[in-house]
Amino acid sequence: MRRSLFGRTWPNVIAVVLIVFFVFPVYWMIATAFKQDRDIISKTPVFIPFDATFDHFGTAVDAPDFWTYVTNSVTVTVGAVVISLVIATLAAFAVARMKFRGRKAFVLVIMMAQMAPWEVMTIAVYMISRDNDMLNSLLPLTLFYMMMVLPFTIWTLRGFIAAVPKELEESAMVDGCTRTQAFVKVIFPLLAPGLMSTSLFGFITAWNEFPLVLIVNKEQGKTLPLWLSSFKTAFGNDWGATMAASTMFAIPVLILFVFLQRKAVGGLTDGAVKG
Amino acid sequence: MAVHSERVQAPSPGSGVAVVAEIDTSAAGGGAEGTAPKRTRSAGGPGIGSRLAPYLLLLPATVATLALLGWPLLKTVLLSFQNLNRRQLVMHLTEWTGFDNYKEQLTDPDFWAVTGRTVAFTLINVVLIMIGGTLIGLLLNHLGKKMRLALSIALLMAWAMPVVAATTVYTWLFDQQWGVVNWLLDQLGWHSMADYNWMSDEYSTFFVVILLVVWMSIPFVAFNMYAGLTTVPKELYEAARMDGAGSLKIFSSVIFPNLKPFFLATTFLEVIWVFKSFTQVYAINGGGPENLTRTLPVHAFLEGSGSQHYGVGAAIAVLTILMLGALMAYYFRIMIKQEDEL
Repeated sequence: MRRSLFGRTWPNVIAVVLIVFFVFPVYWMIATAFKQDRDIISKTPVFIPFDATFDHFGTAVDAPDFWTYVTNSVTVTVGAVVISLVIATLAAFAVARMKFRGRKAFVLVIMMAQMAPWEVMTIAVYMISRDNDMLNSLLPLTLFYMMMVLPFTIWTLRGFIAAVPKELEESAMVDGCTRTQAFVKVIFPLLAPGLMSTSLFGFITAWNEFPLVLIVNKEQGKTLPLWLSSFKTAFGNDWGATMAASTMFAIPVLILFVFLQRKAVGGLTDGAVKG
Repeated sequence: MAVHSERVQAPSPGSGVAVVAEIDTSAAGGGAEGTAPKRTRSAGGPGIGSRLAPYLLLLPATVATLALLGWPLLKTVLLSFQNLNRRQLVMHLTEWTGFDNYKEQLTDPDFWAVTGRTVAFTLINVVLIMIGGTLIGLLLNHLGKKMRLALSIALLMAWAMPVVAATTVYTWLFDQQWGVVNWLLDQLGWHSMADYNWMSDEYSTFFVVILLVVWMSIPFVAFNMYAGLTTVPKELYEAARMDGAGSLKIFSSVIFPNLKPFFLATTFLEVIWVFKSFTQVYAINGGGPENLTRTLPVHAFLEGSGSQHYGVGAAIAVLTILMLGALMAYYFRIMIKQEDEL
C-alpha cells in the first residue's frame, strides 16, 4: 500500500522525538558522571563530554561506607532471590501440575499478594523488626524482600512448568523414575531459562527497594538506594559525583534488562498474549 | 519500581525486543494447561501420600505469606487502634485507643486534602500513561523494523532505570541553577524560567513528579499494547480499510474491542501502582513545599515515622489499604472473568 511522503515521514519524526525523550535522562546521567566539573557547572550545557574523567566515580566510591552498602545490597538481594526461588519452585510445581482442593484459592491469594501495598505497610514492618530487636539487621530486610518477590516468582514459574509437556514427565515415570526424580531430571533442566529470568526480576525488585529500607535500617544497615537518595544531601551540589553514584547503581540493572529480554525467556510466551 | 517491582517482561512475538505483562505469562501457563492431556495418576497411585503432596509443596509458601505478609498487614490494623507515639515506643507501652486515630483522621481537613490530591494525582498520571502508552504502542506497530528497534531500546532504558536513580536524575535535570531544562526553556525564549526553582511550588513539583512517573510507566503500557496489536488478525484491518474506515474508526471498531480486556487490566494495574507510588513523590521533594505534595503513602510515612505518631500513621495506612482494596476487588473481578481456566 502506498502512502504519501507526509504519511511515511511523520511516524519516523515522532519516533525520533520519543527516542530523545525516553533516552535523554539516562544519557544525561551517564554523560554528567563523566564530565569535568567546569562542564557540569556551566551556563551552556555541554552535551558530549569530550574530555571525560573518572574522578566522580572515585569520589562516589570513596564516600564513607560505600562498600558496606554494596555488601548489604548484594547480601539482601541474593538472599531474597535464592530463598524465594526454592519456595516458589515447590509451590509452582503443585499449582501447575496437581489437582487439589484449595488450588484456586491459593492462586487468588498469590495474585493479590503480588499487589500487596508494601509502601504503606512499612510502619508495621518497622514495629515487627523492632520488637524482635532486628533494626538495622539484614535479616528482616532479606525476608521481607523475599516475600515481595515470592508471588511473582511462583506465578511465573507456574507458567514455565505448565509449558513443559506432561508426556516428558510421564515417560520418565514409565521408565521407572519416581515423581520427584522425574521432576529433578526432566522438568528442572528445562526450567533453567525460567529460573534465570524470574531470579533476575527478583534481583531488580530487591535491588531497587526503597520505602522499607528507608524506615527500617539506618547507618550500617543501609542499602544502596538509601545511600543514593541521601548522597545528594551529603554531597550538596556535587552533581558529577551524584550522577556517578546513580550510574553505578543503575548500570547493573540496565545491563540485566538488556540481557534478560535477549536470552532468558525464549519460548515462554509464544502465543501467550491473549487478545 | 517495587513498583516497578511488579513490572515484568517476557518476549513479544515478532520483535527483537520483548515485553509483556505478568497477566500474559499467566495466560501462557493457562494455555498450555488447557491443551495438555489429562494427567494420569502418579506411579504410586492415589495414596494418602500423593494426596498430601500438593499441600506439603505449598506449605513453605503459605507459611511465608502468613508470617511475612499476613502478619504485617494485621499488625498495621492493630497499630492503627493504638496511641503509639515516641514516648510509648521508647517505654514499650501499649495503649489502646479504639477508633480515636480514625476519628482524628476522618475529621481532619488535611487528610481529605491529601486524599483528594492523591486521587487527582492518580487520575492525571493514569490518563497520560494510558493515552501515551497506547499511542506509542500503535506507533511501534506502524514503524519500520529499524526504527521500531531503536524506539524499543529507548523505552527499555526508561523502563529499566531504577526509581531512585531516576528521581535523582530528574532533580538534576530540573536543577534551579545548572539544570538543562531551565537552560532549554531560556533558550526557547521563556526567560523567566532561567533561574526557576521547580521545587518551590506545589504545581511545578507535581509537574516534575508526574513527568517522571509517566516517563517510567509508559514503556510497560506501550510494549503490552504493541504485543496485543500483533495478535489482532491482519484481515480485520484489511476488511475495515476496504470498507473505507479511517484510522480513528479502525481503532474504535477493530482494535479497541479486540483489546478491551487488555485496556481494562492495564488501566487498573496502573491505577493501583500510581496510587501507592511512594519513592517518586518522596524522593523528589519529600512531600514539600510545605507538605503540599504529600500523597497518601507519603502522608502515612511522614505522619507515622517522620513525626513519630506511629498509630496515626498506621490508621492512614489502613485507610489507604481500604481504598486500594476497593480498586483491587474490581481488578480481580475483571481478571477472574478473563481467566476462567483458574
